Amino acid sequence: MGEPLVFTYNVDGGDFTSAGQASVMVKKNLSQIGFSPEVIRRVSIAMYEGEINMVIHADGGVATVQVNDDCIEIILADKGPGIADVEKAMQEGFSTAPDEVRGLGFGAGMGLPNMKRYTDEMSIDSTVGVGTTITMKVNF
Amino acid sequence: MTVDFLAAKLNLEPVCCPNPQKEVTGAYIGDLLSWVMGRAKAGDAWLTIMSNINIVAVAALADTALIILTEGVTVDEKTAETALSKGVNIFTSQEPAYETAVKISQLL
Repeated sequence: MGEPLVFTYNVDGGDFTSAGQASVMVKKNLSQIGFSPEVIRRVSIAMYEGEINMVIHADGGVATVQVNDDCIEIILADKGPGIADVEKAMQEGFSTAPDEVRGLGFGAGMGLPNMKRYTDEMSIDSTVGVGTTITMKVNF
Repeated sequence: MTVDFLAAKLNLEPVCCPNPQKEVTGAYIGDLLSWVMGRAKAGDAWLTIMSNINIVAVAALADTALIILTEGVTVDEKTAETALSKGVNIFTSQEPAYETAVKISQLL
């Protein structure tokens, strides 16, 4: 096997109207490669949640999707405020999103739990004041 | 059943329907987008009153069969255009979510 296939996307901060573009693009690319609809659904939902988090909390960031031999790896890196209490952030319903974001239907405290739910592996590397990198793997 | 069959049976008003032959296999009611992403199943009719542009990405990624905006809710032109280009079906129902869901259940 040669070099793994890598897709990189810049996620714009504060722009809810275009949020999700990277995920929709990933979905399209993965279906062209021929992955099963369920694998594509899991990858694109996990990535969309991460994308939205970067828009809400971190003024954007970079999303990288890498197709390995046995899994799809999603790496979301931002230079946002960081997550003070990761354990708390992982609880369903816990959210620090502002009210105007909730008005759009986001900020239900389901983003990180959904990312965990839809992936086989997930790790969060976050430092307050520096940023957050989330790595997720979906096996196939 | 297909999206166009369901739409005709329920008298749904089309906003855009780029995928009329898509199969409807269930239904999900919800307005919180992450909740819908986490719980709706592929092939569901998604009933909501949330009408901002982000519903298009959610429906595309969660692979729902169609969005039904209940209680006569409509979307703006940009949302309709985006949905069309992303292959997302959107319809409007004049009825509330419960009545709409009951009818879908009878057809499934």
